[in-house]
Amino acid sequence: MSEPSNRDAAGPWLRDVRRGCVALRDLTVGYRERIAVEAVSGVFAAGSLTAIVGANGAGKTTLLHAIAGLVAPRRGSIEIAGAETPADLAYLPQSDSIDRDFPISVLEFAALGSWARIGALGRVPPDLRPRVMNALQAVGLDELAGCMLGELSVGQFRRALFARVIVQDAAIVLLDEPFAGVDAATSGDLLRLLQRWHGEGRTVMVALHDLEQVLAIFPETLLLARKAIAWGETATALAPGKLLEGGLAAPRPGPQLRLAIPS
Amino acid sequence: MSLWSALVAPFSEYAFMRSALVACMALAVASGPLGTLLLLRRMGLVGDVLSHAVMPGAAIGFAFAGSALAVLSTGGLLTGIAVVLLMVLGTRFGAQREDASLAAFYFASIGVGVLIVSLRGTNLDLMHVLLGTVLAIDVPALVLIVVIASVVIAVLALIFRPLAIQSFDPGFLRTMGGSDSAYRAIFLVLVVLDLVAGFQAFGTLLAGVPLLLPAAAARCWAQRIGPLVGLSIGFGMLAGCAGLLASYHLNVPSGPAIACAAALVYAVSALVPASRMLATALNATRPT
Repeated sequence: MSEPSNRDAAGPWLRDVRRGCVALRDLTVGYRERIAVEAVSGVFAAGSLTAIVGANGAGKTTLLHAIAGLVAPRRGSIEIAGAETPADLAYLPQSDSIDRDFPISVLEFAALGSWARIGALGRVPPDLRPRVMNALQAVGLDELAGCMLGELSVGQFRRALFARVIVQDAAIVLLDEPFAGVDAATSGDLLRLLQRWHGEGRTVMVALHDLEQVLAIFPETLLLARKAIAWGETATALAPGKLLEGGLAAPRPGPQLRLAIPS
Repeated sequence: MSLWSALVAPFSEYAFMRSALVACMALAVASGPLGTLLLLRRMGLVGDVLSHAVMPGAAIGFAFAGSALAVLSTGGLLTGIAVVLLMVLGTRFGAQREDASLAAFYFASIGVGVLIVSLRGTNLDLMHVLLGTVLAIDVPALVLIVVIASVVIAVLALIFRPLAIQSFDPGFLRTMGGSDSAYRAIFLVLVVLDLVAGFQAFGTLLAGVPLLLPAAAARCWAQRIGPLVGLSIGFGMLAGCAGLLASYHLNVPSGPAIACAAALVYAVSALVPASRMLATALNATRPT
């Protein structure tokens, strides 16, 4: 990995080119006896859009958890430049970590994105509601704003999670398998959002499985198999030899029409 | 029997009935929101286990100081908090699944508690510890219950938002810098405090009644968290009042009578979703 550099992609939103840069040094993370991520070093440059791929159990979720601060490193360190408050880092978890029976409306759920600014006791600012409605509109859920979370389908719930991330407006966005179990239309919409965030200069990291999507959309890729097998430009990182080493099958060659995403 | 003599006279004529009523109302106010959160967190069983965790401490207090309220309550509070600490540490560092350790705490608490009371007291003392004496609540006990209820409500008001978020998305709260274990521990201590307040009135076996049954009944009627809390408090008050009146008129023990009233409220409430489903099914089969 190269040091973070100034990028064309960084929009006016990003004043400091180092804001949002995430550097891992010899990062080792584990649960109890098991080491899930071992000795990973490298830099997610500010404003980069990186796919994190690997077989099941390769440590993708653990790596995201470590960066999000949900699990402490065993060894090594994570340096996040410019993330002074928790609001600067948004994490979109796998859906099954959330109890969707909780009585909360879609609007309220998305509004939680502003939690770091409001907190346990703060007053809800008057501009929050229009901001949340805008976010819901961006994911196509504005008409379901008053619905309860438990009434949403899998795809709609994923859209609600994205809306919460939009409201949070963070410099760094971590997404854990955001397209698992959703239809092509939904994943297309959500991919467009990803590209918008990338265009705005946010640092975006996405754990996912679909290698065709990775090749089509993501400029950079981290291939994990507990250790980092490859990390860099996507075409290089996903070379056949590397995929084999990472325990993955190469994507099927074939028509790539459904990946053509209008910007 | 006039309505007045059936519903009001028992409370207007007897001070012990009034004290019991005030105690039930205060417990309902504190238990409503706590019980609602407990059920939303799918921790109903934890509430039950903690109500028994109060017992060994109360029993040790009884063994040394008889039925002095301050000693019983302090003892109960201490063992309750000790179990909370063990639970929080256990989920953080232990390899044991939580339900297994809960079962252990549950039976150990009853065993140790009953053993200690039996060593020093009579069977009647044991009944008092197990089932409470809501009609024997005096002014100091009432003050304790009301103070605890006020503290519970005040702390809940301060941390209600993070507790609600933690109920369904603990990971989000943690990425936002909130401490999972700290909120969990504070919440469980509030539950223990509420159970200590209810202990004198309902005993260890029934202290969970005002905490869990009204909240469970409310879930049959309401979806949103505000109405859930409001209905839980209302059902708790209703069950307390009805149970006390039943115990007065039928000359039956008051704690179990209140428990039965709360169970009845729950049973009727449980019919609400069932009747809705039946109505929908009937509508669907009706020819148009």
